[in-house]
Amino acid sequence: MKYQLLIGAVLGAALTGAIAAGSANAVEYKIVEDTVPQSLTGKPGDPANGKKTAINRRKGNCLACHDMPIPEQADHGQVGPPLLGVGSRLSEAELRMRVIDSKVINPDTIMPAFYRSTGLHRVLKKWQGKTIVSAQEVEDIVAYLMTLKE
Amino acid sequence: MKRTIIRVTVAVGASVLLAACVAAAPKEKTALEKRLEDPRVKNYIVGEKMTGYVFATAATRTVQDDDFENPAFLWVDIGEENWSKVDGAAGKSCASCHGDAPDSMKGVGATYPKYSGETKKLMALQHRINWERENRMKAKPWKWESDEMLGMTAYVKLQSRGMPVNVKIDGPAKPFYEAGKKFYNQRRGMLDMACANCHVDYPATMIRSNLLSQGMPNGFPTYRLKWQKVGSLHRRFRGCNKQVRAAPYKQGTDEYTNLELFLMDRARDLPMETPSVRM
Ligand code: HEC
Ligand code: HEC
Ligand code: HEC
Repeated sequence: MKYQLLIGAVLGAALTGAIAAGSANAVEYKIVEDTVPQSLTGKPGDPANGKKTAINRRKGNCLACHDMPIPEQADHGQVGPPLLGVGSRLSEAELRMRVIDSKVINPDTIMPAFYRSTGLHRVLKKWQGKTIVSAQEVEDIVAYLMTLKE
Repeated sequence: MKRTIIRVTVAVGASVLLAACVAAAPKEKTALEKRLEDPRVKNYIVGEKMTGYVFATAATRTVQDDDFENPAFLWVDIGEENWSKVDGAAGKSCASCHGDAPDSMKGVGATYPKYSGETKKLMALQHRINWERENRMKAKPWKWESDEMLGMTAYVKLQSRGMPVNVKIDGPAKPFYEAGKKFYNQRRGMLDMACANCHVDYPATMIRSNLLSQGMPNGFPTYRLKWQKVGSLHRRFRGCNKQVRAAPYKQGTDEYTNLELFLMDRARDLPMETPSVRM
């Protein structure tokens, strides 16, 4: 998986109608030993918006599977490991890879690829060619995860 | 595909684990450990297989267990009424040929979907019921999710309650089973998940506010509080497809009937519990 150039979405996917969540035409990124060292947008992530996006059930919905230090939200899932301390355990580049496409690290994982719109089967029409979150939202989520230090 | 097969080795394992936890530290019991303390769940566990009854809350189990409280019996009653109601040009009812359902339909529901040499197709019980109506009664078919169809399906399956699931997957049924298995393990939708990702890899795990079960089919048609009515297994398939943002199929399609056969084989030896009650 070294030095692989991935294009996250079909270029030219029709962009008609309003997009409630997600976006098409994912930007290119470079994977270096299961990490993505470079920001997708070049714009620093906003941790406050990252937290919101992580909670949002139509976007990150990370709480479905992870316990997170967000006590104001009920019913945190237990499918994945708790994310408290993940900002100490993993680097920004590792976290970016995790959020963009966890399957690069673990092909068997249940965790969705939040920034990939290709190689999927029978996606509902209204989501076709789109990614679950936008490039900037990936950066925001990563910035938020970096604040989760132990 | 590597799978973390049921992380808590269930049934026997869980109680051993429970004892270990208590000894080690006053650790909080898991949701499944709490469920397993209820003696009622015993009949719904065979080896490592567990029906949705085990994962349901105690209150839900209580409603299911009482035929007068269980709202699904409103539909069972519709089925029972229609069993002996004459309909169609042949002037017959199911009872004209089959007599009393508790005798003639005993055990039948546990064997569906079933390959039919006559139609050369794998038939879910609903297909069979409509085939009987159209061919033997000269009556109009019922819509899959109609009260009449749900009622008759529930009534016929009720005659197998407590009997072990026992479908045929060899011989002419084999290709249908294989297709169902493929469907079950195929990732799909924007979230890119297979049925197995949730129901094989993570049963007994909280996914947000839901305790994941093994996704067993033996209680359908089921009364779901969320639906406020009885619904078919294929309706549940549609929900489980849509929640991963995958295009669902229609009820009664070959795809879902094959999938039903695969699930019924997963549930082999578990008791039929139609009509179940679920959240
Ligand atoms: C459907 C369940 C699911 C969802 C939704 C999910 N994850 Fe995960 N996640 C997992 C699982 C399971 C793992 C364990 C590692 C694996 O499977 O590869 C994991 C691992 C991780 C890790 C690595 C943790 C570590 O300690 O190594 C991070 C970081 C992470 N997830 C972040 C997120 C974020 C952020 C979101 C929301 C944008 C999210 N996850 C949504 C299931 C999920
Ligand atoms: C994202 C996780 C997820 C995926 C993927 C998923 N399901 Fe489910 N399923 C659930 C949840 C949550 C429930 C409700 C709680 C429970 O019974 O597990 C459920 C319930 C069910 C039930 C009802 C069980 C009962 O006892 O009434 C069946 C049957 C089922 N699923 C089958 C499937 C099939 C077939 C697929 C693939 C097409 C599938 N599921 C995919 C999460 C999932
Ligand atoms: C004219 C007579 C007749 C009528 C009316 C009729 N059936 Fe049948 N049915 C049969 C016969 C004959 C068979 C084949 C018996 C066998 O294969 O053992 C059969 C088979 C079945 C089977 C398959 C049994 C199995 O073991 O797979 C089911 C289920 C069934 N009928 C249900 C119904 C229902 C429900 C109705 C009413 C909607 C109905 N039938 C009406 C004669 C009838």
